Formats: sequence, structure tokens, C-alpha cells
Amino acid sequence: MKSLKLRSHSPEQTQLLGSHLGELAQQGDIFLLIGELGTGKTCLVQGIARGLGIKEYAFSPSFVIIREYHGNLPLFHIDFYRIKHIEEISDLGLEEYLYGNGVCAIEWAEKGTSALPEENLTITLNYIPDSETERSIYFESEGKRYLELLEKLELRLKREKSWN
Amino acid sequence: MINIELLERRNMKILGIETSCDETAAAVIENGTRILSNVVASQIEIHARYGGIVPEVASRQHMLSIVPVIEKALTEAKTSWQDLDGVAVTFGPGLAGSLLVGVNVAKAIALSQNLPFTGVNHLEAHIYANWLNKEKPPSFPCLCLIISGGHSELVLMKGHGQFEKLGRTRDDAAGEALDKAARILELGYPGGPIIEKEASSGKPCLQFPRAWLKGSHDFSFSGLKTALWHFVQKNQVLGNNSLVANVAASFQEAVIDVLVTKTINAAEELPVKQILLSGGVASNKFLTKRFLDTSPIPVSVPPPHLCTDNAAMVGACGYYHFQNGNLSSYDLDVVPSLSLG
Repeated sequence: MKSLKLRSHSPEQTQLLGSHLGELAQQGDIFLLIGELGTGKTCLVQGIARGLGIKEYAFSPSFVIIREYHGNLPLFHIDFYRIKHIEEISDLGLEEYLYGNGVCAIEWAEKGTSALPEENLTITLNYIPDSETERSIYFESEGKRYLELLEKLELRLKREKSWN
Repeated sequence: MINIELLERRNMKILGIETSCDETAAAVIENGTRILSNVVASQIEIHARYGGIVPEVASRQHMLSIVPVIEKALTEAKTSWQDLDGVAVTFGPGLAGSLLVGVNVAKAIALSQNLPFTGVNHLEAHIYANWLNKEKPPSFPCLCLIISGGHSELVLMKGHGQFEKLGRTRDDAAGEALDKAARILELGYPGGPIIEKEASSGKPCLQFPRAWLKGSHDFSFSGLKTALWHFVQKNQVLGNNSLVANVAASFQEAVIDVLVTKTINAAEELPVKQILLSGGVASNKFLTKRFLDTSPIPVSVPPPHLCTDNAAMVGACGYYHFQNGNLSSYDLDVVPSLSLG
């Protein structure tokens, strides 16, 4: 397991971070997003979409639960916001997406951890007290693939002064 | 084989089926405008239960409800299978598993009853709520604002089946913004109607930001949501009933202000003959009042039960598909990410 803690100063910077992730993403990748309303989960996924070469805006799937986008790889943008029972998750046919040919980004993932693969990249976003636009973004990798991914991401960010 | 002459009969009865999201619904519509029946599963008691759990967003619920809902729709319409002239079903956008239930049932009915059938776009269907129970149909071109929990779309409609997408939300849908505001204010679910109720006892006296996105017909509501979160953190809002009501009223005002202003501006710019509202948020009384009070262009608003998801709108839309010869074949597949225009 590896972890990485960052501070984003703006929605644009959160999107930029997402686009790095999107560029590094591979088929079968699972990104779990955790964070209070308004911390930038969808914003980060918009960046991931851009990194995957998707032209349209990825917008919130809170009500429709799953939205699909097609770029260099398919992006399955999933959201457990409205899920009340874990049983509902097992009935969504998620396997098709989780073990499919694309990248899965799952918002409010903590509502369904037991229905999700153990190996994943978990991204936790938090507000920073007394700041309107800053967020702390915490990455944790579980499994070899995500350890490597996080190492590559760290290397890329080192080249960008804004993350220091 | 499908008998095309059937389509030219005078009183054409279409069975509409809708299973794209939470609601299992069926309706019988005559000539695209007259509602003979309009059944939504949540209105009726479904006796079958699966392990004591009735999932709210899962396809299993649709499977349990679809047959009793269709039977009730036919009974209420005093219509037999033989009286039907066609079947219309939503094939996207929505959850794949949920859409499949409706599409497969529609195919089975069409095949067994030798009826033509047509796949309908859920967003297009919402617009057709404006044709139901109206003495005079809308005049083209129209500007359509579709606002719900999952969508906020501004679409130009030049004629039946002719759509051009002008704008949409870049982040949260309008209904979603209202729902999340209710969550931040700890008011419960469903958030949209609760915010509306709170707003009626408050005053829109607080300033929340509006994302105008000048030069674009797109919408954005996530900044407003974050502003609300910060406001609630900084001020002692929760537990102060009159302040909660004022915050709800002010937040709702910000959402309405952007939706109404941008829609009317686009309608004048194009120009169009009419503005058509649809989707669950179109049942918000503050929003419709603002539209009716301020728009120089006539505004059509369906009654609340036709704004939220229903099958009557699918039947109405299907009628015009049949009129235009837009029939689907039995290999029609669901399209979860279908868009309009």
C-alpha cells in the first residue's frame, strides 16, 4: 500500500490532477472517490475524462447512477449517492463495468465497499477549513497495479511546481 | 407482418412503457394527446416481494411491477390487446438493466399481438408531455427546457423528431442541485419538493452565486452547491428554522434565476414561438410562476404528474413516431447514454 497527500488550490487544479490520472489509466482500473458534497469528486472525474481523450463534459451521475463516455478507453462514471441498501448495488449489474473494458470512477464508493474490488485506488477529498477553493486530496493504493500508478502520478506531479 | 393500414386508422391507441429509472410506468394514449390511462408503479400495491427488500433503483423492481402495471393501464383505459395500434417504449438514456425490462416486454407484446413498436428517447418523451390533454398543440419552432434530477437540457425543436441541442449542465442537474441542498440543510428526501416547501415559508434575501456562463447555453450548479455548504458551515443555520427557510428560498431563487433568464434569452435570440417546460423540476411552482410572469414568449407547462417520469409522455411521443413512419425493428437495443439533438 502506498499513499500520497496533495493540496489542490482550485477546481481547475483538481481537474488537471484528474487528467494526469486519465492519461495514466489502463483498462480495468478502478478509482473510488470519497468526499462530502462539493469537495470536487465530479470535478476530478471531469479531469479523468479529459485525460482519456473524452471531448464532452462528464457531468454528475448522482440521479442516473451510471454514465458512460467513450474516449481512448470507455469511462464508466458511477455514483452511489442515491443508494440506500447495499442490496441495490448487487442488483445494478456492476460486474459488467468493474470487470469490463474501461475505467471505472465511482463516487460515494464508501456506501458499497463490500461490493467493490479490494484492489483499487481510493481518493479521499476534503474541505480545508477557512478556504473556499482549496481541498486536500488523499490517494491510497491497494494492489500492485495501483502502487505503480501512484508512483507514476507522483513522478509527473514532481515536474509541476504547483504541487510543491 | 405489420399491417401499415392499422397506422392510418382514425383513433390510434398506443401503449407507452417507461422503465428507464426509478418508475415502472405504462399508459394508453389516443392520437398522441388524449390520456386513457396513466399508471405509475409507486401508486399501486405490488404484492410480490423479493426477500423482503424492494430496491428503489434496481431493475428487479421493474421486473416485479411491469406486468401488473401494464394490465392496470389496459383495464383503466378499457382497452383490450386487440384495441391497441402500437407499442412505444423508452430505450435510453437510463440504467441498462432497467431499460432492458421495458424494451423486452414491449418487444414481446409487439411480437405476440402483431403490433408495430417504436423505441423512444426518454428526453424526447419528456417534451411530449406538452402535447397531452392540450386543446391546441405547441407551435414550432419551440425551445424545450428539460429539467430533472438527472438532466438539465436546452433543446431547439423545429418539428416532430427534429431536435438541436443548445445547452446542458456541465456538472449537476437542476433537480440534483435542489436535492443536494436539502441534504446539506438536513431536510430529507425527496429534496426538490422539500426545498420548495421550505422556500414558501422563507424569503430569498440571501445572495448566492449564479453561474451565467456567458456566450454559452450551458448551465452549472456545482459552484452554487459549494457556496451553500460554506454558508451553512460559517453560519448557525441548522436548527434555526426561519434561517433554513430563507436559505432554501435563496438557493432555489438562484437556481430558478439562471434557468429562467438563460432560457428566455435563448428563446428571444433564436427566436421561437413557444417555450416548453418538462421534467420533474418543471413542477416547481416558483419556477413556473417566474416563467409565466416574465416570458414575452408563450410558455407551456405540463401538470405536475406529467412532469415527473411517466409513460403517458412515451405514448404521446410514440404516436408521432408512428405518424412519421419511425418504427423500430426487433433488434432494437437499449442505449444507456443516449442523448437528444
